[in-house]
Amino acid sequence: MAVTRSDRPAPAKRAAAKPILGADLGLTPDDLLEMYRLVALARAVDERMWVLNRAGRIPFVISGQGHEGAQVGVTWALEKGKDWIAPFYRSIATCLTFGMSARDIMTAQYATASDPSSGGRQMPGHYGSHEHNLVSVSSPVATQLLHAVGLALAAKIRKTGQVALTIMGEGSSNQGDVHEGLNFAAIHNLPFVFVVENNGYAISVPLARQVAGSSVAQRAAGYGIPGVTVDGSDVLACYAAARDAVARARAGDGPTLIECKVTRLTGHSSDDQQTKYRTDEELQADKALDPVPKFRAQLAEAGILTDEAEARITASITAAVHDATEYAEGQPDPQPSTAMKWVYSEDWPSETPPAWGMGEGESAGPESAEDAVEPSEPAGEGVN
Amino acid sequence: MALKTFIEAVRDGLREEMTRDENVIVLGEDVGKKGGVFLATDGLWAEFGDDRVIDTPLTESQIIGTSIGAAIGGLRPVAEIQFADFIHPAFNQLVSEAARLRYRSNNGYSAPMVVRAPYGGGVHGALYHSQSVEAFYTHVPGLKVVIPSTPYDAKGLLRSCIRDDDPVLFFEHKKMYRSVRGDVPDGEYTVPLGKAQVTHPGTQVTVIAYGLMAHYALEAADRVAEDGISVEVVDLRTLRPLDKETVLDSVRKTGKCLVVYEDNRFGGYGAEVCAIVAEEAFDYLDGPVTRIAGPDVPGVPYNHVLEDWFMVNPEKIADGIRKLAAY
Repeated sequence: MAVTRSDRPAPAKRAAAKPILGADLGLTPDDLLEMYRLVALARAVDERMWVLNRAGRIPFVISGQGHEGAQVGVTWALEKGKDWIAPFYRSIATCLTFGMSARDIMTAQYATASDPSSGGRQMPGHYGSHEHNLVSVSSPVATQLLHAVGLALAAKIRKTGQVALTIMGEGSSNQGDVHEGLNFAAIHNLPFVFVVENNGYAISVPLARQVAGSSVAQRAAGYGIPGVTVDGSDVLACYAAARDAVARARAGDGPTLIECKVTRLTGHSSDDQQTKYRTDEELQADKALDPVPKFRAQLAEAGILTDEAEARITASITAAVHDATEYAEGQPDPQPSTAMKWVYSEDWPSETPPAWGMGEGESAGPESAEDAVEPSEPAGEGVN
Repeated sequence: MALKTFIEAVRDGLREEMTRDENVIVLGEDVGKKGGVFLATDGLWAEFGDDRVIDTPLTESQIIGTSIGAAIGGLRPVAEIQFADFIHPAFNQLVSEAARLRYRSNNGYSAPMVVRAPYGGGVHGALYHSQSVEAFYTHVPGLKVVIPSTPYDAKGLLRSCIRDDDPVLFFEHKKMYRSVRGDVPDGEYTVPLGKAQVTHPGTQVTVIAYGLMAHYALEAADRVAEDGISVEVVDLRTLRPLDKETVLDSVRKTGKCLVVYEDNRFGGYGAEVCAIVAEEAFDYLDGPVTRIAGPDVPGVPYNHVLEDWFMVNPEKIADGIRKLAAY
């Protein structure tokens, strides 16, 4: 949804009284309203995913609830269509901010042929889009850090001016690939930003059992690069930290590590019951760190999110979520005749194709990408 | 036409591809000033500089993972893993990432890159400087695996690998680096991926091999020729995708098939070749599909007596041929 200028409260009058929120960061009220829309949209899409899961429409959900503020704040600092992001499985708000749509996210939940992340091949949560410079993500954690470092290397060698950023949880940050990649990126002063969304849990294992010294950001010192810790429920603080890191990277001054302290408002996934290892008190306390009401209150208090603007944004989000759900529900499943496609760049019949053939039509040769997304039958039962 | 060693052909191929395409870079351990521990990249750093010939830390996963990202970013990385034995820390990046990237993104992304690594025994390298690792990677759709046996093929195939749009593992038998010489044309040429070659025509037994074993198979063919046995040798060159037709055509002609590989016998690459021949040429077979392969111990032992016991050699292959011919 486009937020019109009429949503903006009379800024000239307020400027006389106190500084406009975000002005010190170079953000306009329109920017802030769009950032709020993205935070709230990500939450609404995420909540719909859980409803669909509990209703038996989609088999699996992995959530970004509690991470949205950090994701929108950080992503806003990058240049869309130019810079690169290697995201992770909670990066719904990141992907929405960098150009993917609610439909793009929802078709991934249904694993439809038209799912732009993988054409229904990957589990939900494995977002990616070449169109939007979002690198395809796998399930082994932290591997994507090296891909972002490689993108930063290519940007430096090819002198493109691009910055590459990657994101993962603090649990993932313990992987060896993180050490290997930070070391290399720092040695070569690559235009690279490493963002850790620290929600305190690696599935069930708390920070104290994952991270010696309790801080990921402090590890940056070992590589001679800045390590910054920021309140991940503070959208503007996350933006400010990322903006500085991106500026440093773009200027050729090397990588930065940003640790955003966020909260995980849901279980690890739809297959996890977090009350088994987290207390009610802790879960209640975490709600105070929810970035959505916090950002809403901040913008309302600043006079930027008026009742009228909020109503407009909420209506647009509701419409977008309904549209995305209906759209995804109606999209066809990928067909077995396409399942041998894109193993390699060229056709791949394999040395020994399956004895049971390639499904309906027994298509021997690969179909075109257009054929793959043409509706053939309703996909009313989801992937199962 | 010039006579070149195997490693000179590799080096020439790298240099000419780097000259042709400024997006081709080389990265790995000691590939810079030193020119690689086997000197495969000797002189490239001086010619192409720091940006395009990158000495990495001792971090194999980083070498491969960074190459994947660099490939996404428009470069054509040629990564060197100093010994194939040390590639294992990068297994996840190769198998979970490089191999699956195109498939999992429904052709949204790909990782056009080459991973070069010296492999193989017979050089007093013991357990950790002698391994054959091809079976780990030929198992994985999405990867291509190439093992040349001649300087001509090494250069021509390496060029094709660098120009290919998918990740390719390019294994070079280190015993051949300086012991194998061959004619290499002066001008530009390529050797296509996925094409095997009949290197010794024959009528009675087909021997299928690659890398150093392709040479030993030729020597064995000469030895058994003295016994009146006519052997056809097929040098696979590309292990995956496999040139099944060339293999089957030969076996259907000779009716007997011996597969030779240096790696451990059980579950080795040659086992799959045997299975395909058994399934698809059964009606033509006049004897069991057999193998000559390395013993099933965890590595090539260092002591020369033990190493000689481990290594497949021309005489062991010749014995296998004689037995199969007599069947």
